[in-house]
Amino acid sequence: MGGSVLTIKDLHVEIEGKEILKGVNLEIKGGEIHAIMGPNGTGKSTLSSAIMGHPKYQVTGGSVTLDNEDVLEMEVDERARAGLFLAMQYPSEISGVTNADFLRSSINARREEGQEISLMKFIRTMDSKMEFLEMDPNMAQRYLNEGFSGGEKKRNEILQMMMIEPKIAILDEIDSGLDIDALKVVSKGINEMRSSEFGCLIITHYQRLLNYITPDFVHVMMQGRIVKSGGPELAQRLEAEGYDWIKQELGIEDETVGQEA
Amino acid sequence: MTTETKLPFDQEYITSFSKEMNEPEWLTAHRVQALASADSLPMPRPDKTKIDKWNFSQFENLLVKSDAFASLNELPEEVKALVDVDGSDKNLYIQRNNKPAYLSVSKGLQEKGVVFTDIFTAAREYSDLLKKYFMSAVKADEHRLTALHAAFMNGGAFLYVPKNVQISEPIHSIFVHDNADANVFNHVLVVAEDNSSVVYVENYISTVESANSLFNIVTEVVANANSRIQFGAVDTLAKGVTTYVNRRGVADRDAKIEWALGLMNDGNTISETVTNLVGDGSYGDTKTVVVGRGDQIQNFTTNTIHFGKNSEGYILKHGVVKDSATSIFNGIGKIEHGATKANAEQESRVLMLSEKARGDANPILLIDEDDVTAGHAASVGRVDPIQLYYLMSRGIPQTEAERLVIHGFLAPVVNELPIEGVKKQLVEVIERKVK
Ligand SMILES: Nc1ncnc2c1ncn2[C@@H]1O[C@H](COP(=O)(O)OP(=O)(O)OP(=O)(O)O)[C@@H](O)[C@H]1O
Ligand SMILES: [Mg+2]
Repeated sequence: MGGSVLTIKDLHVEIEGKEILKGVNLEIKGGEIHAIMGPNGTGKSTLSSAIMGHPKYQVTGGSVTLDNEDVLEMEVDERARAGLFLAMQYPSEISGVTNADFLRSSINARREEGQEISLMKFIRTMDSKMEFLEMDPNMAQRYLNEGFSGGEKKRNEILQMMMIEPKIAILDEIDSGLDIDALKVVSKGINEMRSSEFGCLIITHYQRLLNYITPDFVHVMMQGRIVKSGGPELAQRLEAEGYDWIKQELGIEDETVGQEA
Repeated sequence: MTTETKLPFDQEYITSFSKEMNEPEWLTAHRVQALASADSLPMPRPDKTKIDKWNFSQFENLLVKSDAFASLNELPEEVKALVDVDGSDKNLYIQRNNKPAYLSVSKGLQEKGVVFTDIFTAAREYSDLLKKYFMSAVKADEHRLTALHAAFMNGGAFLYVPKNVQISEPIHSIFVHDNADANVFNHVLVVAEDNSSVVYVENYISTVESANSLFNIVTEVVANANSRIQFGAVDTLAKGVTTYVNRRGVADRDAKIEWALGLMNDGNTISETVTNLVGDGSYGDTKTVVVGRGDQIQNFTTNTIHFGKNSEGYILKHGVVKDSATSIFNGIGKIEHGATKANAEQESRVLMLSEKARGDANPILLIDEDDVTAGHAASVGRVDPIQLYYLMSRGIPQTEAERLVIHGFLAPVVNELPIEGVKKQLVEVIERKVK
């Protein structure tokens, strides 16, 4: 039994009438870790948001399927229950809703009525995962992300991922703003999830995260497309040399979207 | 309907009604005088809500026939849910439409001289005491609705706490509306004498679906020197009930009045909650939670008026507006000349859940004294689609996500409510209303 397969074919996405993604192709299978790197403003968050169904992004062409099911036909919550997870670059703050209540709702949304997780079991699981992620236990009762520091928010995203146990997770800059210790903890969380049942797409600017989590594939995004793919060595070269060599190789002058090659 | 329409009951009718109730003469005279003045008095003008087309004066029945409840087991289920039927709710008055239908007052309280009874009994048996405070905070001639109230009063309760008496267990009234033809002019009077304290909780609850009823409620809360009154209310009158509800407190020196209000009617409602901080060192706190739904129009005015030096007034209101409902929040902090070192704070927040919902928050500070502190915060906004997206991205369906956001929005007020029973009831009512 392998894990799930997320297949993205020729994906075109607009935001407010402006085309951002111009034909993205990517396949992520259970057991694989992919990393996407790329300069600012090249469409990485757009890709992750479009896959999850962010209301502002419009898919104008192409397809996204999870185990052959049409993801683009699904509502956001259905996508999540189908097995997708997105750790967001900028998680929302929701006042008045405790982290614990929110997570319990998330878990119960995946269960039949009458089969809800028992409070005891929930608390035990949450406590142990929070301990694993070296989080302050008080965070369970704090309002969701409200007043959390940048690093605390990122850790909280990983906590959610560990509680929900998705089939495919997309982590959008999960490492940005983390100090070294937090980076290690977050990596530990991601590595803990690693199995043949779990596929992951990591969006990052830095090799340092990939020192802890060795990716199977590394992709480079420019101008709303994946312009180069390779193994872990590609990330190391980017760290050492930057993006200029790729731009030269491909004849790209301005790598951001809206610029044609 | 024009404002010129003839009132449904004349002086003769009101006089004989008063006689039938065995009311003291002063009360009959009070009714008659109010009736005579009603026509010439103007309607109140709640800011930003036009009510001249609302029916506050045309109705058929001043009294409907209702039976008493022989025991709590006879209560309708919805009402039972508000009561601890096992008997821990020892001080309980239940009114059925206009009929005093159940009363229990613990022996301990009776021995301490606490009076808790329906308004008719109070008029007969505690005439002098009632007369001293009745319509002292809210005057019959303020406007047409207070005059109509005074003339047609047909229900209510009286709670009197003597000097130095501290009551720990809550005193509870339930005003049940279970007859579609009932019209209720309810008067509640709570008096706490010097150095006393009491927690009073009331429910207005309809058990009839949609009625064409009229509620005109005046509630006076008198906190004498150094007393403390915690006043909780959860109003759940049905769609089709037009409500005017005026709750007004007067706090004497070092007295405290704390309101915890869940204004959850489903019909058109004009609500004003006023706290007069008369005494030096007096304290008023008004916490209000509101949910508007359907096509109801509601106006909530919360007013704290500082006369006393070092008086402190706090207003905190959070409201959710759904469907095509309208909710107007007016908050007024007024500091009179001479009220030095007074502090007036208010915060109003409105969350609109649909395109057609209308919400408005108008904070006003009126300050006639230099040496004071005051502040206000207000916001009106819609549910943030990005917040919903975030919640849904974890698998939570949209309705559940909205539910979480709404509870979250109201939580800062609900969690702060000083009366545990009110908090619990409110959570349940909110749950029902936002479904
Ligand atoms: N509302 C909008 N209107 C127009 N352009 C937008 C809008 N939102 C995003 N964009 C543009 O889309 C492009 C891609 O943005 P995206 O967030 O996907 O980039 P990114 O690769 O994630 O960048 P970063 O590394 O900085 O996070 C950017 O040029 C951005 O300015
Ligand atoms: Mg981004």
